[in-house]
Amino acid sequence: MTTFADRLQVEPQAFAPSRALPQDHGLDIAAIRAEFPILSRTINGRRLVYLDNAATSQKPRAVIRALARYYEQENANIHRGVHWLSVQATEEHDAARRSVQRFLNARRESEIVFVRGATEAINLVAQTFGRTHVAAGDEVLITAMEHHSNIVPWQMLCEEKGAHLKVAPIDDRGQLLVDEFQKLIGPRTRIVAVTHVSNVLGTVNPVRELIAMAHSRGVPVLLDGAQAAPHLSVDVQHLDCDFYVFSGHKVYGPTGIGVLYGKAALLDAMPPYQGGGDMIASVTFEKTTYKKSPSKFEAGTPDIGGAIALGVALDYVTGLGIDRIAAHEHDLLEYATEKVGAIPTIRLIGTASHRAGVLSFVLDDVHPHDLGTILDGDGIAVRAGHHCAQPLMARFGIPATTRASFAVYNTREEIDVLVEGIKKARKVFGQ
Amino acid sequence: MSELNDLYQEVILEHSKAPRNYRRPASANHTAEGYNPLCGDHFTVFLDMDGDAIRDIGFQGSGCAISKASASMMTQSVKGKTKAEAARLFEQFHSLVTGGHNTAANSELGKLAVFSGVSRFPARVKCATLAWHTLQSALEGDQKPVSTEDE
Repeated sequence: MTTFADRLQVEPQAFAPSRALPQDHGLDIAAIRAEFPILSRTINGRRLVYLDNAATSQKPRAVIRALARYYEQENANIHRGVHWLSVQATEEHDAARRSVQRFLNARRESEIVFVRGATEAINLVAQTFGRTHVAAGDEVLITAMEHHSNIVPWQMLCEEKGAHLKVAPIDDRGQLLVDEFQKLIGPRTRIVAVTHVSNVLGTVNPVRELIAMAHSRGVPVLLDGAQAAPHLSVDVQHLDCDFYVFSGHKVYGPTGIGVLYGKAALLDAMPPYQGGGDMIASVTFEKTTYKKSPSKFEAGTPDIGGAIALGVALDYVTGLGIDRIAAHEHDLLEYATEKVGAIPTIRLIGTASHRAGVLSFVLDDVHPHDLGTILDGDGIAVRAGHHCAQPLMARFGIPATTRASFAVYNTREEIDVLVEGIKKARKVFGQ
Repeated sequence: MSELNDLYQEVILEHSKAPRNYRRPASANHTAEGYNPLCGDHFTVFLDMDGDAIRDIGFQGSGCAISKASASMMTQSVKGKTKAEAARLFEQFHSLVTGGHNTAANSELGKLAVFSGVSRFPARVKCATLAWHTLQSALEGDQKPVSTEDE
């Protein structure tokens, strides 16, 4: 019997997309693809068509090598030893923080806190800033298009404090109703938490405008950048956001490492998140004093290798040019919207005028899970499900969607393969 | 494609399009809800128990073709059976879809053997077993919703 493992045989198979086309915006997509080893493997005897980048992106060789190099050549704990390796690891870790600082255009290095991912970053803010600023009767404002990770931490906080979670509505195209959002910022609003780009709808929120609205009433704003950082240029000073969070693994970095950006004044005033080593200035059994940010929020030995590799990933993105990546992905999204949208019985979920990265859809009479399985048979990886956004699914009256999400290495040819796969699924189900 | 054909057998597609016993029996005296938080599939199973015997059974809800066909065929298979017989059938079905043992040898499964293809799709095992977990919960009189993630 064929086992699941057998189906995933590795069979290097060169794939050459058409040479630098005008729509590649100066990027050599074939050369970029060659930098991602996993893209040359096959699934079910077919070339992998990886369209699940919003779940996690694949990793370029530079990132994989950075991880290997760290463990092979430089592994030591940071901020501790006087020995050469520890000093070297500390320097590399600090350099990674500066890469993140440059990537976000943060004013200071100390405004960059390493965490496990966007989820941990939001929890950190809810448990530190939130617990000190939100009291009974206060309000936290989010939107109807948030990922569970930008709902649940606030719900937990509100439950603990007797505060209220307010939700700004969206329209049928998946766009935030900005006027409603503005009305919901009230005298008791203590923080606003909004996604920069929706992981289901692809909607790019007008975050700069939202931030200005909140600031005009003295309310700080956290932006969930998990789906934005891989697809568009982020400048935290220009946006003037108070907190910005993202996960490394969605932007070509490793899993287990992510970033919290916070304005220095806010981070300085916040209590620590977890207690432990590396976050203290001095400890006695009577009293402990804490280091400044970012150390205050980084108790214990961090993911040193992960942080270093994340720095390499962000430098890789910057090297290609985030604007060029955005332009290439925009073309893919337009092409996919046209081709997938033309399939009979398909309904696109999320048709905002400004979108990035993802295309969600439902088919009449073919459940996303069945479609996902049939596409997998052709080596096409998409996400089928509720995408950790159950309230959003409820808003659209659907249990789940199929989502194709794009990265710099994707091509129009791959979208053609997706379209053929969807047509095949319709045949299986007799449409 | 042959593996996909094994999974989406004609009988399964047919049941998913026209599920049997898709109703709430008026005489239902036991119910349970089951959901799969990973994909949003959600079913309610209704039982009319006569002592230890399943006199009538129905289900309602939404899900993929595999979960809906499985629920439909389950209701046909367990109607008239005792609690213990239904439990044994679930055990065999579970074993079938997880590739535990050879199907043909299991005459008790009958038509349910069409789900043997699921064993090659580990991601779909929970779809096939959702209704059965829900039935188990209804039989045990436990009114708490069951989740595929409680296993």
